[in-house]
Amino acid sequence: MWLPPLENREEIMAENNKAKLSTYKRKESRLAWLFSTPAIILLIVFVVVPFIWAIWMSFTNMRLIPNPNVPTKFIGLENYIRLLSDDVFHKALFNNFYFVIVVVPLQTAFALGLAMLINQEMKGMNIFRTVYFSPVVTSMTVVSIVWTLLYNPGEGLINTFLQAISFGQLGPYNWLTNTKLVFPAIMLMSIWQGVGFQMVIFLAGLQEIPTSLYEAAEVDGANAWQKFLNITIPQLRNTLIFVMISTTILAFRLFDQVKVMTNGGPSNASMTTMLYAIETGWGRLRIGYASAITVVFFIIVLIISILQRILTREKGAGKSV
Amino acid sequence: MSKEKSSSKLTYQTRKKIKKVFTYVLMIFLAVFFMFPIVFMLISSIKEDEFQVVQDMSSLRAFVPVGELGLQNYRDVFEFHNFGQQFFNSLLVMLLTVLIGLLVNSMIAYALARLRFGGKNILLSVIIALIVIPFEAVAVPLLIIVNNFPWFGGATTWLDTYHVQIFPFIADAFSIFLFYQFFINIPKDLEEAALIDGASLFGIYWKIVVPLSRPIIATVAILQSLNAWNRFMWPLMVTRGQEVRPLTVGIQAFFGQSPRLWGDLMAFASMITIPVLIVFLLFQKWFVQSVASTGIKG
Repeated sequence: MWLPPLENREEIMAENNKAKLSTYKRKESRLAWLFSTPAIILLIVFVVVPFIWAIWMSFTNMRLIPNPNVPTKFIGLENYIRLLSDDVFHKALFNNFYFVIVVVPLQTAFALGLAMLINQEMKGMNIFRTVYFSPVVTSMTVVSIVWTLLYNPGEGLINTFLQAISFGQLGPYNWLTNTKLVFPAIMLMSIWQGVGFQMVIFLAGLQEIPTSLYEAAEVDGANAWQKFLNITIPQLRNTLIFVMISTTILAFRLFDQVKVMTNGGPSNASMTTMLYAIETGWGRLRIGYASAITVVFFIIVLIISILQRILTREKGAGKSV
Repeated sequence: MSKEKSSSKLTYQTRKKIKKVFTYVLMIFLAVFFMFPIVFMLISSIKEDEFQVVQDMSSLRAFVPVGELGLQNYRDVFEFHNFGQQFFNSLLVMLLTVLIGLLVNSMIAYALARLRFGGKNILLSVIIALIVIPFEAVAVPLLIIVNNFPWFGGATTWLDTYHVQIFPFIADAFSIFLFYQFFINIPKDLEEAALIDGASLFGIYWKIVVPLSRPIIATVAILQSLNAWNRFMWPLMVTRGQEVRPLTVGIQAFFGQSPRLWGDLMAFASMITIPVLIVFLLFQKWFVQSVASTGIKG
């Protein structure tokens, strides 16, 4: 009986194994695609295609219900040029930035303060954590309606409270119908609803800081403020950036509150970019123009997200992926 | 000398005590700040006299159950505002979105984390890039797509249906990312042992990986349930009647009618909130963990 030379024999065996391995690999790859396909199809149909389509439509005068007299046509940059001189759009963008400038620092500081309070080793902290967090699980639609009643100009609780603590000097104010007060009123309510969320994120960050750092600082005679500045803040760097950036993005997505409470009024004083996009596209059926607003909105969100990636990469690299 | 020491120790003790009392006072004050609108909503919802609800707002009576109390407001909401149907709609949409979403998102995440296949790295980068696109950026074009989408039985539009509220939210890039991060950190030993014992790849996913993944399943389920239950903008755009619309849109429509019946509105608002609050109180540790885990996204 003839046997192949030793080296050849090994080769053949390896060849056999390779065949086995490649059927296994094929199986593995088939299963991988099987597992991925549902999500891929859904993401393409409901995210990628509409996203690309939004960009294309922003260069057209498309309407939601086609008007036979005004056929859809390509109008180049016309929508974007019109945005440049659209006062309502400017007001909406201004409001989003106004919201960011006021709410992001306030809410971040408030959330960090709450997290540090909760993080102390005292009895009953879990109860307080639960209480502070409960607005987060309350639907924004509900919150908006309840606060509309609280802001009631005549008998509203908030006016009553202000009058009581100022001995009648302050108020009553027309919170939701005064062009200057409407947006601050919405900001206060949004902070009330959202701060618990960031508090919990900070709490997780605080609990990851090794206590040995604080102990060492205490040995060196550092006071509470020094410990906060030199340990807590640097250790929470990435968490802080994450919280501030995600609050900023949320500020640009502002919709539910303004839709329910004021619908952008009075005289567009509480208009936001997203509300304007939806009112234009869904309310007034001008899909082309609404898409242009959407694209501007997305570019802003994209810039903020890239900023976050850059900020968290440098220095913070290595710590928490 | 020793006397001095003990007296300074005493002041240290008292200082600590004062600080403790001060902290509690501050925390109770904050608790009042966070609870007062919710308590106000619940108390107002059982006041049957519509005038009284508004009148009580100018005093602490707003927080005290006084006057004509009862469940009439709740009965009104069921009777005149079709609460039952809309509650069912919200629940159905939420359950289907979350359950199908858990399966679809965890499957692709498992493939990305564990299986070897061509194009895997590109797919992973694309999905991470998709996290950046907020739903708001696709809402307007999606409206025009679903407006002319076919469905079984010859329907030519998705408007006013359940599936239009479910399908866009099943696959979620961030959920996939959360699952992926969890799966790559599971030690491979168990899966390798199972493979040697002759388990199929699908069997490994279903019998080993899924049971090990309870924490991340709970996390994603909670985050997605909250999103689904509270979702407002999209259902507002795609539902017109009470047949399929969820509670959030229902209460907004009711809120838009005048005269505003505050007692009924507060009952409606309470019934949207109470189920979520109960679930939250039962599983609060999980809720807090879910939210905390959104923070480790880098």
